Amino acid sequence: MDVTTPVQLVYQRPTALARMPTHYCPGCTHGVAHRLIAEVMDEMGIREKSIGVAPVGCSVFAYNYFDCDFVEAAHGRAPAMATGIKRLLPDRIVFTYQGDGDLASIGMGEIVHAAARGENLTVIFINNAIYGMTSGQMAPTSLPGQITTTSPAGRDVEEMGFPIRMAELLAPLDGVGYSARRSLHDPRHIRTAKKAIRLAFEGQQRGLGFAMVELLSNCPTNWGMTPLESLRWLEEHMLPAYPVGDFKVAPVLAELRI
Amino acid sequence: MARELLKGNDAMAEAAIRAGVEAYFGYPITPQTELLELMARRMPELGRVFLQAESEVAAINMVYGAACTGARVMSSSSSPGVSLMMEGLSYIAGTEIPVVLIDVMRGGPGLGNIAPSQGDYNQIVHGGGHGDYHPIVLAPASVQEAIDLTVLAFDLAEKYRCITIVLADGSIGQMMEPAELPPMRPLCSTYPDWAVRGAKGRQRRFLSSIYIDPYAEEVTNLRLMQRWVEIQANEVRYREYSLQDAEVIVVGFGTAGRVALSAVRAARQEGIRVGLFRPISLSPYPNQALDRLVDQASAILVVEMNSGQMLDEVLRVVKGRVPVEFYGRMGGVMPYPEEILVEIRRVATQPLEVAQDPRLGWLKRIAPVAASQN
Amino acid sequence: MPVRGWIEVDELYCKGCELCVSACPQQVLSLDMTKLTPKGYHPVNLHGEGCTGCAICALVCPEAALTVYREAAPRAARLAAQEV
Repeated sequence: MDVTTPVQLVYQRPTALARMPTHYCPGCTHGVAHRLIAEVMDEMGIREKSIGVAPVGCSVFAYNYFDCDFVEAAHGRAPAMATGIKRLLPDRIVFTYQGDGDLASIGMGEIVHAAARGENLTVIFINNAIYGMTSGQMAPTSLPGQITTTSPAGRDVEEMGFPIRMAELLAPLDGVGYSARRSLHDPRHIRTAKKAIRLAFEGQQRGLGFAMVELLSNCPTNWGMTPLESLRWLEEHMLPAYPVGDFKVAPVLAELRI
Repeated sequence: MARELLKGNDAMAEAAIRAGVEAYFGYPITPQTELLELMARRMPELGRVFLQAESEVAAINMVYGAACTGARVMSSSSSPGVSLMMEGLSYIAGTEIPVVLIDVMRGGPGLGNIAPSQGDYNQIVHGGGHGDYHPIVLAPASVQEAIDLTVLAFDLAEKYRCITIVLADGSIGQMMEPAELPPMRPLCSTYPDWAVRGAKGRQRRFLSSIYIDPYAEEVTNLRLMQRWVEIQANEVRYREYSLQDAEVIVVGFGTAGRVALSAVRAARQEGIRVGLFRPISLSPYPNQALDRLVDQASAILVVEMNSGQMLDEVLRVVKGRVPVEFYGRMGGVMPYPEEILVEIRRVATQPLEVAQDPRLGWLKRIAPVAASQN
Repeated sequence: MPVRGWIEVDELYCKGCELCVSACPQQVLSLDMTKLTPKGYHPVNLHGEGCTGCAICALVCPEAALTVYREAAPRAARLAAQEV
C-alpha cells in the first residue's frame, strides 16, 4: 500500500536560543545546559518575561546566546544583582547562570544569603571542578588529587582543603525550595537534568523560594581530554564525589508532573 | 513645608524617599546606620523595596541589578563599607546607569573609628574603583544642604547616566538641625529605553560593562569622557562668603568649611580681610571660580579633615602663583574655629613662601598639638 | 519496520565534537572529513541508512545544531489515510 507518510519534526533548536554560534569549546556541556534552559523557556512561554544574570567565567557572554533580556554581573555577585532585579520586578523570571568559581568561591557569600533569604530566583550552577575561562586553575569543587594549574601535584586536601558540595550545602536553609544535582554526561542524565531545570523555573513561577540545579559538567580543554573522554571522566570521578539527587524539594514541586 | 528638627542621616533618607527612590539596599555601619533604619521602616510603608544586604559588597551589587531596571535606587555607607563597594561602583560606571550613593565619612584608614572625617575624598572624587570614570560628588555642610543635595543627586544621576555621590561626614550624619524636607514626588511611571525589564514585544537587550574588543571599550571610555566634559561645564556648585575684598582665602568643604566659616567671621571681627570659598561640587571641582580668586589673594589656606586631599586640587589650580597653606586634622578629630583662627592670623600676618608641599610645614606645626591632645 | 528518520546539521553551529556520534544508538553518525564548516570544523552527518529519528543526537548536542525529522509511524499513517 502506497501511503505518503507525513513528516514529524522531532526536534529543532529552541527559539529562546539566539541565532549565534557559541564560543564554547567543542563538546563543552555549557552548550547542553544553555539548550535545556532555552527549551524550558520555550515550553513555559516565559521568554519575554525572563531576565538572566550572566557570571564571570566561560559563560560571561551568555547574554549573547539567549533571546531574552540579560545583565552582566561582577564575579560571584550574580545572586545579589538578581535579588535587586527580582525585588523590583517580582513578576519577572530572574535567573542566574554561574560556574563553580563564580558561585562557590568568590560568590559564596552572595549565594548562601540569597538562598537563606528565600529569594525567588532560579540558579543554574555549572560544576566542572575547574576554572575554565582563566585556563584551568583549581576550583572549590576540584577533586582531591585533581591536577590543575594551581595544584600541579594534584589537590592535596591537607594544604588546599576539601571540595564543597553546594547542592547539599544550601538545601538545609529554610529559604530554599528546590536544591538538586543532575549531570549532563549522557542522554539519560540530560533528560532528568531538563526536568530539574524545569522544576527550578516552575518553583520561581510559583513563588516557592530559592531554586538551584547543580549540573555536573565537563571541561575537555582544561582537563586535557577529548570531549568524549571528558564525559567518561565525569562519570567515573565526579559522580561518586557529587551524587546526583534531590536535596530539597518543596512539596508543591514534588507533585508536579512534568 | 515646615522646618523640623532633623538628624542628618534621617533627613537624607527621607529626602531620597521624597525624591522618588524606589529601592534601597544597605548594610549597618556607624555613623550612617540610622539612614538604613529609616529606610527599613519607611520603604515598606510606601510599598517600595528595602533590603538589608549581607555586606556592602552584596548591597552595591543589588543596587547594580536594581538600577539596570531603570528605577531610582541608592545605597549608603561609611568609609570602610564604601571601600567594599568600589568594585560595584566601577561596574556601575562602566554600564552607564544612574545610581546614588551616600558616604558618611569616618576616621581611618582601616577600621579607624566612628568619628567624622573627610578621608574618603581621594577615593570618591578620583575613583577608588578601577578604570576611568568620574562620579559627580556633592559635599553638604548642613542638614538642609544634605537634603537638597540628596534630591539633586537623583536628578543629576539620571540626567547623565552616572553615579552621583553625596559625600557627608559623621557630624552631618549625626547632627540635628532645623531643616525643611521637600514634598513627596510621585514615582516615575516610564522607564528609560536602555532599561532591562523583560523583552516583551521588543528585541532583547542586555546591560553590561564588558567590551571585550579594546576598540569598543575605548569608544565607551570616550563616551564617558564626553559626558564628563559636559558635566564639568554644567554642574559646578560652590558658595562664597565675604570674598569681595578678601586677601586671605580659606578653602574648605563640608564640615571643615563650616567650621572654617566661624573662624573667618571671627577673623573679620579682628579686621583681617579673609573670606571662605566652599566647594559644593567636589567633582566637578570649581576650578574656574577658584582660579578667579587667585589674583586678589595674598595667601590661600586650605582646611580639611584629612591629610590634604582636596589640597591637591587647590595646588593644581593656583599653580604656585600665591602661597598655599594647609591645616588639617585627621583620624576623626574635628578642628575647632579657634585653631583655624590661629592659622588665619598666621597666614595673614607672617611672611609666607610658596611651598612645594604645604603639608611639610603643617606637619611640624600639628604634631605637638596632636600629641598634647592624645 | 522501524521508522525512518533523518537529520539536518546546521554548519553554523556544529563543532564536530562527536558527542552525537558516540550517543547515536544506530551508530549512523560520523564526521564528514571531506567538509569544513565556516569555523573550520568537520561537521557531523548521517552515513548510510538506519536513522530512526530518536533525537538522542539532538539531546546531547551542545550547540543545538541538529534538527531531527522522522516519518510518522506506518500504522498511524494507514489509519490516517483510512479516515480520509
